[in-house]
Amino acid sequence: MASVPAEPLAAPRSLFGGRGRAGPAVGGALATAYLSLIVLIPLAAVVAESTHGGASGFWSAVTGAQAFAAMRFTVLVSLIVVAINVVTGTLIGWVLVRDEFPGKRFINALIDLPFALPTIVAGLVLLALYGPNGPAPFDIGFTRAAVALALLFVTLPFVVRSVQPVLMELDREMEEAASSLGARPRTIFARIVLPNLVPAIAAGAGLAFARALGEFGSVVLISGNIPFKTEVASVFLYGQIESDNQAGAAAVSVVLLVLSFVLLLFVSWISTRGQRRAG
Amino acid sequence: MPASSLQGSVLPGSSRASKLTLRIVALGYLALLLAVPVAMVFYRTFEHGVGAAFDAVTTPAAQHAFWLTCLMVAIAVPLNTIFGIAMALALVRGRWRGKTLVSAIVDLPFAVSPVVVGLALVLVYGNRGWFGTWLTEHGIRVIFSTPGMVLATIFVSLPFVVREVVPVLREIGIEQEDAARTLGATPLQTFRRITLPAIRWGVAYGVILTTARALGEYGAVAVVSGKIEGQTETMTLFVEQRFDAFDLTGAYAASVVLALLALAVIGTMTLLDRRKDR
Repeated sequence: MASVPAEPLAAPRSLFGGRGRAGPAVGGALATAYLSLIVLIPLAAVVAESTHGGASGFWSAVTGAQAFAAMRFTVLVSLIVVAINVVTGTLIGWVLVRDEFPGKRFINALIDLPFALPTIVAGLVLLALYGPNGPAPFDIGFTRAAVALALLFVTLPFVVRSVQPVLMELDREMEEAASSLGARPRTIFARIVLPNLVPAIAAGAGLAFARALGEFGSVVLISGNIPFKTEVASVFLYGQIESDNQAGAAAVSVVLLVLSFVLLLFVSWISTRGQRRAG
Repeated sequence: MPASSLQGSVLPGSSRASKLTLRIVALGYLALLLAVPVAMVFYRTFEHGVGAAFDAVTTPAAQHAFWLTCLMVAIAVPLNTIFGIAMALALVRGRWRGKTLVSAIVDLPFAVSPVVVGLALVLVYGNRGWFGTWLTEHGIRVIFSTPGMVLATIFVSLPFVVREVVPVLREIGIEQEDAARTLGATPLQTFRRITLPAIRWGVAYGVILTTARALGEYGAVAVVSGKIEGQTETMTLFVEQRFDAFDLTGAYAASVVLALLALAVIGTMTLLDRRKDR
């Protein structure tokens, strides 16, 4: 029998309310108020500001040549980066789960470095090696490739971390059965392993895409921020805020917000579907 | 790592050569993208001796930036921890309308560009913002000042504790909590004696992630701070400002301080992981 510590049982009613399930509800109400104050009201202000010039003002802000170029480049480079992440992330997750080599624990911990390292440092670090004065045999400073490299750095953990747990729990008997029936390793991977990984890869890719769309700190030093060339959406926004064009900045922000919210919904849809299947 | 009957074989029937190729490609990618660039900054920092690097991060502006960053962390982390635990309890244990929506909103700061966060705060708390007139009348300065930077830091680091605690709460179930309650424990007693000890590693993990994010935030803070040297400059803004001033030694040295903090964060997380497994 679990015993309850002998304390006065008639303790005064707490912040968490009375007995039963009301406690979490009161805490939840306070937490929701905090969430509204910090997150919702400011984001609502962005949406409100974006409608300042009416529908036509919104439209011309979003389709302005420089804004449109920045958004198009951001989406394209993010797509390329996510595609690379799908391959390299799955590969790295695979090697970390199925392979054994000295220093694996260390490498596994290193995967989280892009999450822990400040983004401005990430940009500086890449510039130090691959920039104009770096020792690398090529200089990618202030090119579109530099933007892609910075985004690859900051989005690295997403696919790896989402694939790893699934690989760990994968039943290896299926693979052994396939092997004993004469399937070659490539067939086993394509027919048995990969289908099980697809939801995890998609979820990781969705998160990486959302992150890449809004990335700022790691790009700002290495890209040179050249309009129509290396300028990403968030850098464009920053310029608009500096030059006091708040309504225009808000309009582009709303486009980014909608895109990333859709991606979040996609990811949560995928993961609840996965849970249902597993259950 | 689960011990498998096929120890050493990556896929049944795969050759040693293909296993080695995969390993080399994966590690090579990680080296070129992560390890070598980070090592390069450490090398560049100490290239001209430890003294120069030390001088660069002990200037008054650098020290001020360091303490301002600590202040951000000291305010944002406790607030987000309390919020995170309360919100996780409400999301897992409570039954109320709109839970799914609130859960999605909690994740929003992960997906919003830091620049948009900055803009949002300016639009609410700036001179011409929603609360701007009221704030000016009462002589409160939020934007281009510390309160705005604190708000930005809280915003971007808000989801971590919630996201770490929610799965733990789901896993531990409610049997023990129910038992305590039927035996007459108050909700607060149940929380302190049963729930909190059970979720402590999740909370710890969330706190570390929140700290890392709060230390390293750049974009949102850049927008609301006005980047006033020696006043509203955090460590990350200091790195950028030194870089723009062509003081690479200063930029690299400050980066190394931040990178060391990041490595400490990762080290602590690895230790906690081992603790959790036990």
